[in-house]
Amino acid sequence: MNNYIPLNFLPLGKKGKVRTLTSIGSIRRRMLDLGLISETVVEALQKSPSGDPTAYNIRGATIALRSEEASKVLVEVN
Amino acid sequence: MGLTNKSTGAVVLESELRIERTCPDDKVIALAGNPNVGKSTVFNSLTGLNQHTGNWPGKTVTNAQGKYRHEGRNFIMVDLPGTYSLMANSVEEEIARDFICFGAPDATIVVSDSTCLERNLNLVLQTLEITNKVVVCVNLIDEAKRKKINIDFKGLSKHLGVPVIPTNARSKKGLDKLMDAVYDITNNHKAAKPIQITYDDTIEQAIKMLQAKVRELVGDKIDSRWTALKLLDGDAALIKSLNEYLGFNLMDDNVLQRLLKTAKKHLSDNGIKPDQLRDKIVSRLVHIAEDISSNTVTFENSGYNNTDRKIDSVLTSRIFGIPIMLALLGLVFWLTITGANYPSQMIATFLFRIEDLLTGFFEGAGAPSWVHGLLVTGIYRTLAWVVSVMLPPMAIFFPMFTLLEDLGYLPRVAFNLDNFFKKACAHGKQALTMCMGFGCNAAGIIGCRIIDSPRERLIATITNNFVPCNGRFAPPSKGQTCSVFCAFWH
Repeated sequence: MNNYIPLNFLPLGKKGKVRTLTSIGSIRRRMLDLGLISETVVEALQKSPSGDPTAYNIRGATIALRSEEASKVLVEVN
Repeated sequence: MGLTNKSTGAVVLESELRIERTCPDDKVIALAGNPNVGKSTVFNSLTGLNQHTGNWPGKTVTNAQGKYRHEGRNFIMVDLPGTYSLMANSVEEEIARDFICFGAPDATIVVSDSTCLERNLNLVLQTLEITNKVVVCVNLIDEAKRKKINIDFKGLSKHLGVPVIPTNARSKKGLDKLMDAVYDITNNHKAAKPIQITYDDTIEQAIKMLQAKVRELVGDKIDSRWTALKLLDGDAALIKSLNEYLGFNLMDDNVLQRLLKTAKKHLSDNGIKPDQLRDKIVSRLVHIAEDISSNTVTFENSGYNNTDRKIDSVLTSRIFGIPIMLALLGLVFWLTITGANYPSQMIATFLFRIEDLLTGFFEGAGAPSWVHGLLVTGIYRTLAWVVSVMLPPMAIFFPMFTLLEDLGYLPRVAFNLDNFFKKACAHGKQALTMCMGFGCNAAGIIGCRIIDSPRERLIATITNNFVPCNGRFAPPSKGQTCSVFCAFWH
């Protein structure tokens, strides 16, 4: 996995393309329901004041993910 | 004449959920939709005060039903829990799916948000796989207009193969047309031919292996293609509901059992393992939603939410985020507490003047002092205190809280505070329900349903009791009685 980084390391303002979901079970299904499937472009928008949940633009919707959730989404940065 | 669920076929939901039709012509409408798309506004605007609420049988999820009349016919509307999908990832999704599949609604309205239609189409597509009696209600069109999002509703309807009605439920825009469309669907005026969702060749082949046999077994009771797909998916809870609905065990059929085995083998032989099937199904739906959306939705101003983002970056910034939040919530509290004093004083003065009159009346009539004590200084005085202390702050607090909600500020509060709540094993959204709890604990606890994870929801439900509601933090002279009252009440 050369260029793939976990989504929580995606710098603010940058976009990444979803490559793999490493979560399983209900968390995986929730991620899929959010539209986080392969090839989806995700943009990191904003960190919360304390730095943890980060807001992402996923298919036009602004969605906050905790770092442990985002760490299970591998994205490719161009 | 009342028709029971049994006679209308909804046996899966029979235990408690009762849909009372006043005559057999009454039509049952299911109302589905993602959370926060104005589904409740649609429901309330159509049914008005003609509603009653309860729980879904055996589930702690609220069930609301309401009635409306259109073109001389009664429609009974069942408000389903707000969900993003029907894959049964949560109790809410299971309920919504079971009702659409097995509750035998005459039509299903899927409410969606015009400002993020692509995401909402996922639920629309999943519903269309189950039934063709669907009306898509694209709500919040005024908001979309403000954000310069153009939607080709005719094109969308053509793509989906079912009626699409643009609405703005808050201003009642489009609701007449929505009711017309529902009327037509329930009357079979228009036979809808919804979009056929096709999957990979391998999955299609597996579905084909089962479909004919499934159709032979289930007849017209349920869509055979969808049933075949779900059998492949092997969702145990769904198959159980399905069997209850059909009245026999589908998998008792030896031929079907054998076919299912072969079909599953076909999938795994071609590289689709059981846990990958669900991924493939979801991905396909998301791709179709993406295609339809790119063909029908145009953003006039590609940076349509730039202003929103700028505001967001201040409201949730590292430096200003928390102070702004404290200032805003502090303002709400200050206005509630100081503002409530004036009407509170007036109501108290008024009600206690009546108490004096009552006392005069009881003394004049020569009533024994215990009767006066029980009725006037007991019941009446307590009631007067409760009304004068609790009514004004609620009448100020809740409208202001609603204003913050309408401005969209509340999700930012949850966002700002989530990390702190996470350290207590709770969820940031609990901050909102706790704020509600300052108004009234009952409202704060009901609000806990916005928390997705069952564990965090339970924590919120239990701990929100300890938020002092406005009856409990009222001025001490009158507050004492009320704290006692509240303590009992909660």
